[in-house]
Amino acid sequence: MIKHDVVIVGSGLAGMRAALELCKDHDVAILSKVYPSRSHSGAAQGGIAAALGNSGDDSWQEHMFDTVKGGDYLGDQDAIEEYCKAAPRVIYELEHMGCIFSRTPEGKIAQRSFGGHSKPRACFAADRTGHSILHALHEQLLKNSKSIKIYSEWYMHSLISDGSRCAGVVVSDVRTGAMETMHAKAVIFCTGGYGRVFKITSNAFASTADGVIAAFNAGVPLEDPEFVQYHPSGLWRQGILFSEAARGEGGTLLNGDGKRFMETYAPTRMELAPRDIVSRAEQSEINEGRGIDGKDFVHLDLTHLGEAKIMERLPQIRQLGIDFIGVDCVKDLLPIQPTAHYSMGGIPTDINGQVILNHGDGKATPMEGYFAAGECACVSVHGANRLGTNSLLEAVVFGERAGRAALEYLKTAGFAPINESQEKTKVLNQVEEIYQSDGSESYNEVRTEMKETMTSLCGVYRNEENLKECISAVKDLQSRFKKGKVTDKGKLFNTELYEIMELGNMLKMAEIIATSALQRKESRGGHSRTDFPKRDDDNFLHHSLVYKNGEELEIKKRPVTITKYKPVERTY
Amino acid sequence: MSVIKIKRFNPEKRKDSYFQEFNVDLKPGTTLLDALNEIKWEQDGSLTYRMSCRSAICGSCGVKANGHATLACQKQAENLLDKNDVITVEPLGNMPVIKDLVTDFKQFWEKVDQVKPFLKNEQAPPEKERNQSPEQFKLIDDSSTCIMCGACYSDCNVLEVDDKFLGPAALAKAQRFVGDSRDEDTLERVKELSEPGGIWDCTHCGECVERCPKPAQPFYRIKEIMTVALEKGVHNNNGARHALSFTKSIKNSGLLNENTLPVESMGFTNIKGLLELVPVGLRMLLKGKVPPIIHKPCDELNDVKRIFKELDQ
Repeated sequence: MIKHDVVIVGSGLAGMRAALELCKDHDVAILSKVYPSRSHSGAAQGGIAAALGNSGDDSWQEHMFDTVKGGDYLGDQDAIEEYCKAAPRVIYELEHMGCIFSRTPEGKIAQRSFGGHSKPRACFAADRTGHSILHALHEQLLKNSKSIKIYSEWYMHSLISDGSRCAGVVVSDVRTGAMETMHAKAVIFCTGGYGRVFKITSNAFASTADGVIAAFNAGVPLEDPEFVQYHPSGLWRQGILFSEAARGEGGTLLNGDGKRFMETYAPTRMELAPRDIVSRAEQSEINEGRGIDGKDFVHLDLTHLGEAKIMERLPQIRQLGIDFIGVDCVKDLLPIQPTAHYSMGGIPTDINGQVILNHGDGKATPMEGYFAAGECACVSVHGANRLGTNSLLEAVVFGERAGRAALEYLKTAGFAPINESQEKTKVLNQVEEIYQSDGSESYNEVRTEMKETMTSLCGVYRNEENLKECISAVKDLQSRFKKGKVTDKGKLFNTELYEIMELGNMLKMAEIIATSALQRKESRGGHSRTDFPKRDDDNFLHHSLVYKNGEELEIKKRPVTITKYKPVERTY
Repeated sequence: MSVIKIKRFNPEKRKDSYFQEFNVDLKPGTTLLDALNEIKWEQDGSLTYRMSCRSAICGSCGVKANGHATLACQKQAENLLDKNDVITVEPLGNMPVIKDLVTDFKQFWEKVDQVKPFLKNEQAPPEKERNQSPEQFKLIDDSSTCIMCGACYSDCNVLEVDDKFLGPAALAKAQRFVGDSRDEDTLERVKELSEPGGIWDCTHCGECVERCPKPAQPFYRIKEIMTVALEKGVHNNNGARHALSFTKSIKNSGLLNENTLPVESMGFTNIKGLLELVPVGLRMLLKGKVPPIIHKPCDELNDVKRIFKELDQ
């Protein structure tokens, strides 16, 4: 058994930021199924939001209002307020640590426009902002290597808890295949999103719902899983990301008739409307036959920006276009389509990253010693739709807060007792089941069908009929999964085994997303029902909480915290 | 059908490595990583490699394709086919192989650690950001694009013969701080980087520039550190002396003085180093390879001087 004061699962921005809060006083383990600097935070391109006011006046109040409105009034406003107030400080701290930012002529952090933000407040490092912050935090991790132990390429199987208090995790060293329990006084999950559930996605292969499903299996509900963000500019067929910064810098969207179709959907903000609106506009154009040559993509036009500006502000995007589709955006139009990008929902936490089990009688019951931050968590600051550049900010702000909350908790907490063999046996049985299956099905076909089902039936537009079909198809895939064929039964670096376990997690997540989408009979933010096209505040101005009830899913509600801004119709 | 020929290694099953061929129908737009996935998911689930972002930013999927390191996700497979319609895929070089295309990055990361890869600045930070001009940002822009994929490390010719060399990635990371206007430790850094195993052990072959999937291009970063080291007067090492002697000779005569270069590189007071040169000198004498004692300038010396004058400006 391995013992640490704190175990942080996931080493993206949130995880590393949390580690830095704790490492001065505690023995910290940070665990990642990849190497920390390969975490998916690094793929974020366009920026990190903060009302620094370096490119004209700005205020945290405006940032807050934009975030509330962008989230279609489902975000919790007490959390959003703290988050927007903290933004400038956390950016300055990153800068002081050594993080690289593009600069204004006066030497300040440069800021640019982004979808749904009324002011240019995206701080950026060219078009690799996530990469820049990830590496700056990784540098700090190396600097503090005496008190932070990195478990690189370790896979987390399950969360150990008695239902009210968390005691550690069961993990495997991918390299040796050795399974271990990690006993900890506190556990922080920063495990990211689950976009790999979908066929067209910007997400890395690692974004597979392991964290959220481990929480779910331990009795923690998942909040607002129906809200998945489709990013408007995924590379056609591949889904990889072309930053919103391309539109922030002046890029336009054209349909098959060569028309800037955003005029019809968001005449004041045009291409810089929030992502849910732009993605729906694209999907409508495609569905109505106005894609390019009637196909399922539209064009992103950067040709008028000029080579100099593209090379200064968007060099990586240019290279991606050249490498992946042979299109140089300096001269030609990029083919794009909506791509599953971000999970607004996740593990419910309070404003300090403390995981909340339920909200009965207006009182929150925490799971002691268990914290979550970043994309895997749902605070909720993004509500029904996240604004671009708000996710890096969330990871940093709530990574720090979760770290501090754990620090506070550790002042009095000790190790909770665990039954090591019982915890390991549960996971070993799961592995054994995989090895013992009759092998009549192909995991690859199950995975491909799941992804196609989710993109076509639970994508940008949804309706009751499709969602019911989706749920039944996913359940069918879950039973086929139990008969999959394994090739590699070795211990050494067995990536096939981990991919199978990831698929098992994703199949559960797919069911949770679609089931929660079915019960929300309204359209709000990233969740758009063609059979209920309007937002319905009378019946649905609340968060969804999906609980595990045996093999069934049970859905409860939690009210939205509204402080400053009463819900009004959302137009741009 | 094209052939992907992959170097396999699984010590759980067999001690040695071997090549295995897989037939794959490469559709347009298929990256090398897509092709590997197709093999793993449809033909042989035990094929092992790393991958994550598939958009050339996480640095996981470095492999050798046709003998050269690359990111599997960044290359269109059809562009890698040789004349027999074959792509040969091997693990990265200069690292031990764990299984198939997965290598052990331990030494790679230890060397990154050695260059103290974090900003050093003991001043109390200002209330807001530290100022840095766009021109100062430009000096670290390229090195900061490094994704630590190990492609440069894999194909570095020096590392092949000298595993003490820090290697291109760690040195590019070092430049990220040497060039940072906010870092206070520049002199100390360039002194350490001028030690054996550092910048002066690079042979300027440029292989890392060819292999780098990003604008980081380590050799150019190594040159930038060399420039800072010389500007800061860090001359007391063979590498710096060699560079200065080389420059002096060309500047004065337009040609390299091969007699003074080794002596000046060693340093006139370095008796032990100079004695080490004696056997080499004697062997050269016996083989008739000693350059003329009287060093004559080249005919176009004025042109050379003009070039230096312009460079000095």
